Amino acid sequence: MRPGVQALSLGGLVGLLFAVSLLIGPAQLGAGESLRALWSGEGGATVLVMREIRLPRALLAAMVGAVLGLSGAALQGYLRNPLAEPGLIGVSGAAALGAVIALQTGLAGAATLALPLSGLAGALVAVLIVLLLAGPRGGALTLILAGIAVSALAGALTALVLNLSPNPFAASEIVFWTLGSLADRSMVHVALAAPFIGLAMVALLSQARALDALTLGEDAAQAMGVSLTRVRLTLVLAIAAGVGAATAVAGAIGFVGLVVPHLLRRWVGARPGRLLWASALGGAALVLAADIAVRLIAPDRDLKLGVIMALIGAPLFLHLIWRTRAEA
Amino acid sequence: MSHRGAVSPSASGPGSETMVGARQAAGRRLGVFLTGLLALAPSLPAVADTPARVVSMNLCTDLLAMELAAPGQLVSVSHIARDPLVSPLAEAAAQYPGNRGGAEEIFLMQPDLVLAGVWTDPVAVGMLRRLGIEVVQVDVVTELDEVADRVRQVGALLGQSARAEAVAHDYLARLASLREAAAAIPADARRVAEFYYPNGYSLGVNTMSHEILRAAGFAHLAEAEGRAYSGTLPLEKLVLSGPDLVIRSETYAGASRSEEVLGHPALVALAAGPHGYRSTADWICGVPQVLTAVDDLAGHRARMEAGE
Repeated sequence: MRPGVQALSLGGLVGLLFAVSLLIGPAQLGAGESLRALWSGEGGATVLVMREIRLPRALLAAMVGAVLGLSGAALQGYLRNPLAEPGLIGVSGAAALGAVIALQTGLAGAATLALPLSGLAGALVAVLIVLLLAGPRGGALTLILAGIAVSALAGALTALVLNLSPNPFAASEIVFWTLGSLADRSMVHVALAAPFIGLAMVALLSQARALDALTLGEDAAQAMGVSLTRVRLTLVLAIAAGVGAATAVAGAIGFVGLVVPHLLRRWVGARPGRLLWASALGGAALVLAADIAVRLIAPDRDLKLGVIMALIGAPLFLHLIWRTRAEA
Repeated sequence: MSHRGAVSPSASGPGSETMVGARQAAGRRLGVFLTGLLALAPSLPAVADTPARVVSMNLCTDLLAMELAAPGQLVSVSHIARDPLVSPLAEAAAQYPGNRGGAEEIFLMQPDLVLAGVWTDPVAVGMLRRLGIEVVQVDVVTELDEVADRVRQVGALLGQSARAEAVAHDYLARLASLREAAAAIPADARRVAEFYYPNGYSLGVNTMSHEILRAAGFAHLAEAEGRAYSGTLPLEKLVLSGPDLVIRSETYAGASRSEEVLGHPALVALAAGPHGYRSTADWICGVPQVLTAVDDLAGHRARMEAGE
């Protein structure tokens, strides 16, 4: 299939799921009426529901999914390892820790950008630790083991901070930070995360040619004019910014970056560069679909997104480990 | 007195460690009891029914006990009673040693009577009873009229029936006058209010908060929409219903996602200015302080009417 057709079909899927996400909700609103209210801004309470409750939820699902899918594809391309994923290597968990610290210390209330920046800082520490331990060639075992250790530490510290909070609700929210949810998010959250996610996506997509060149090996890539230091720096900062901001507003949503590139890799001819934009669109579609699913399965219960993602992602992860083992 | 506050059966069953513990406790209690008798004898006529050392391990019994107990009779209240967000007597509670509801710490206070709620940790309550301590679990109050019964019940348990009768009488008189003011508002002129608490939790019809709302002269959206039970109310449903008043809780220190929804732009738009109200500690328990809540909310209603 030609790239243009692929982009159109994936983009169409995202558009369709975005519209479905806008149209489902506990209040039974007519499709025509609600879309008209969203577009024209006339219709009183319906406008408020569409613009302030449903639109931010759909936007966040698309943004968060896109940056997680893209980050997974970029990490896998750079490390040439299909198991690399922000959630599995502990980046999402560390971003959640950063966000929780910003919220509980009052930093997030004092300065607007403190929340996404703390998520970024947490994610950055995790990316650096994992890449340092795994090395530039990213041995699968070291990568996953380092990820387990970083995840466990970040999870424990998140639980500690929330348990020490003077707020009686905080401790019960460990599950939000580890499994993620988009319930009752608002345009405030969209505005906080969007600049970071936007910059991260531009930076990651700009690495398409470098990642394609890297499939020939590092020496060949350098001979083709790729600066490995710059690629690495760009990836580290962009993944930290994107995953950090996404996690700060939506919690840690795992497996998106693992599932999406895996499903789309063959479809785009196994070229890491083309896999980047395909994974961004695929990630947006997957998280939109998962967020629709949680609302259909348990409308009033705030079922966490991570539950759906792990149900899809964990069996695939086992399958990938099995295949990696068979190849070795 | 209400039949609902079941008095614990005394420890039974021969030859167990529990029995030994109970006997020791009984001996110690007798000692304390006699001391108490000597101290309190001159001021108390019904002395045989008066426990000398009372521990309360539930916020609502804390409030009643602080109101009704004789000086020195109440030994400890729950630490929650010191939190001004949920306790209308937070300052008074700071005068008492606090407890966290553990069986061990309460046993060591050597109480003659422990006051608990029906939802108090059954493990702690069971252990105290096996140790031979009398634990009375006072039922939750969901109706304004019941508050007087509960005051009398706890008063009788504390051996302070005369004081309780005066409090109950005063309470019923204030309640009647507040209800009279609310009854003057015709049913079709009542403003509609709804509760929106952390995690989008809203209160149904079978709650004390519903009664407070009615007594302050409001109609309850849940009643109009036929939602009898408390539970999650999706924000978009609330926005589409568009009540005249949204009642939220005060938020705790620190931060939580559960409370974050109370600041959601859609809710803030709905609860702007006089359309928003924050419930206080007076709303939490079925104790005489609920009338402060009714009074304050009725004042808010009057200001809404004047603002038109």
